[in-house]
Amino acid sequence: MTVTELVSYEDALATYDPVMGLEVHVELGTKTKMFCGCSTALGAEPNSQTCPTCLGLPGALPVMNAIGVESAIKIGLALHCEIAEWCRFARKNYFYPDMPKNFQTSQYDEPIAFNGYLDVQLEDGEIFRVDIERAHMEEDTGKSTHVGGATGRIHGASHSLLDYNRAGIPLIEIVTKPIVGAGERAPEVAKAYVAELRELIKALGVSEARMEMGQMRCDVNLSLRLNGVEKFGTRSETKNVNSLRSVERAARYEIQRHAAVLGSGGTIIQETRHFHEEDGSTTAGRIKEEAEDYRYFPEPDLVPVAPARDWVEELRAGLPELPRLRRKRLREEWGISEHEMQSVLNAGVIDLITATIEAGADAASARKWWMGELARRANEESIDPTALPITPTQVARVAELVADGGLNDKLARQVIEGVLAGEGDPDTVVDKRGLKIVSDEGALGTAVDEAIAANAAIADKIRGGKVAAAGALVGAVMKATRGQADAARVRELILERLGAAE
Amino acid sequence: MPGITREEVAHLARLSRLELKDEELDHFAGQLDVIIGAVARVADVATEDVPPTSHPLPLTNVMRSDEVHPSLTPQEALSGAPAQEQQRFKVPQILGEE
Repeated sequence: MTVTELVSYEDALATYDPVMGLEVHVELGTKTKMFCGCSTALGAEPNSQTCPTCLGLPGALPVMNAIGVESAIKIGLALHCEIAEWCRFARKNYFYPDMPKNFQTSQYDEPIAFNGYLDVQLEDGEIFRVDIERAHMEEDTGKSTHVGGATGRIHGASHSLLDYNRAGIPLIEIVTKPIVGAGERAPEVAKAYVAELRELIKALGVSEARMEMGQMRCDVNLSLRLNGVEKFGTRSETKNVNSLRSVERAARYEIQRHAAVLGSGGTIIQETRHFHEEDGSTTAGRIKEEAEDYRYFPEPDLVPVAPARDWVEELRAGLPELPRLRRKRLREEWGISEHEMQSVLNAGVIDLITATIEAGADAASARKWWMGELARRANEESIDPTALPITPTQVARVAELVADGGLNDKLARQVIEGVLAGEGDPDTVVDKRGLKIVSDEGALGTAVDEAIAANAAIADKIRGGKVAAAGALVGAVMKATRGQADAARVRELILERLGAAE
Repeated sequence: MPGITREEVAHLARLSRLELKDEELDHFAGQLDVIIGAVARVADVATEDVPPTSHPLPLTNVMRSDEVHPSLTPQEALSGAPAQEQQRFKVPQILGEE
């Protein structure tokens, strides 16, 4: 493996103009595969979700999944594409064991959707329009496990093992037109595009589009041309980049690598490249086959797809509000800045906040709890905020208790903690933990002051940082109030007055 | 006439993962030439009013509902495999040392 001396990003951009093409594969969330009735459920034991059709056994005939076609049309429409009046599937022939048929059923020159665009918003609020070349239907491949080599890589493996459960799961491949004019923001545009596309796919309900699970993956095509030159340079294709951050890093790395190769008088080889998460680099894969090497031809076993216009219009009418426009509307309703909205999006809590507001909370507190306490907890546990064991309705109830004066923020945090710990709904936690604001703070304060005065030596220890000694003073106050005070609150008051912290 | 070259046959053989000897390349180049020539005669018959046909049946939109049907058992699926390991299809080394 040759180590490439990269050119600095700034130097690369001073001389060259990047041109990108992004190919995104989305695994649809259908119950069954694209051409057979095998389940697509995750986590099944190897080769337990296959049949003669997806194994490519002789005589088996594929039949299109209606939801697969419908999902493809919805994606096309949401991307402002034209929908083909008539199109076919094609066989893409290649010899590689991830497809037992020796071809992938795909679409070639007749994609179901074409000529669209997706407007994406960059960090500073600028809108960048990415033109869409096409969106077509195809099927996923099986999963290979390479055995006998180092670190499970295909290089050096003695043999490979194939699980065909994934083979035949519907994929939609969405291909952009060449993205020009992004200049130094090309990596940012690539990331923003994939992020917006993911939001769109989720809003359409056609896939969960979870990149970390491979349900959505991006191939980054990139080339450089000298500034002022019209003709595109030779491109490389970095395959299967599967996080937003990696999309940005891969584009950035390839800009720097291409500039280094071109700058030293070399030529870029048209090849696929592998992205490495650890250091953000790419390494050479196979030499890219020409389209004609795939010997595409119309799939004789599947009849053409000719979506009726009234069906297409029905699907168009049923499209949800597009995510970017929805965010704009919500941002105005919530009265927050572009930057704050971006943070909410990044935290993945838009729907949770919306649901919390629908359950009765005001926008500011719904956002405060989800962006603060709850986002932090989700982050700590490396889970999606939706997976936290608390519902928007429960968060709304906590907000209501605070608004009514029954809880302050500090107590509310404890209520949330209790709900997350499985102690019940907010009202139950309030009761169980005795988290009502003590109405007679005055009387409690007097008792605390008296206890401090009567135990000067202990008070000094606490002032000196020996927080554990507070127990004795709490005991004194509890005794003085005949056990009717909230011990936790008493402890807080003692520490507060003595300037000590837990 | 197409005039298939032995280089083209070699390329096709590589794509198809077939190992062909030199004399086979020449042999198949000639045969493929004949085959393509024969198929090309269709173009002589087809006129403007005959649209290209990929499907003989006048059908479109044959679809099924998205309902799960029972799959084969892993044992059935693997029953025709020349080799298996860990309930998976075992295939020879894909890439040689590079």
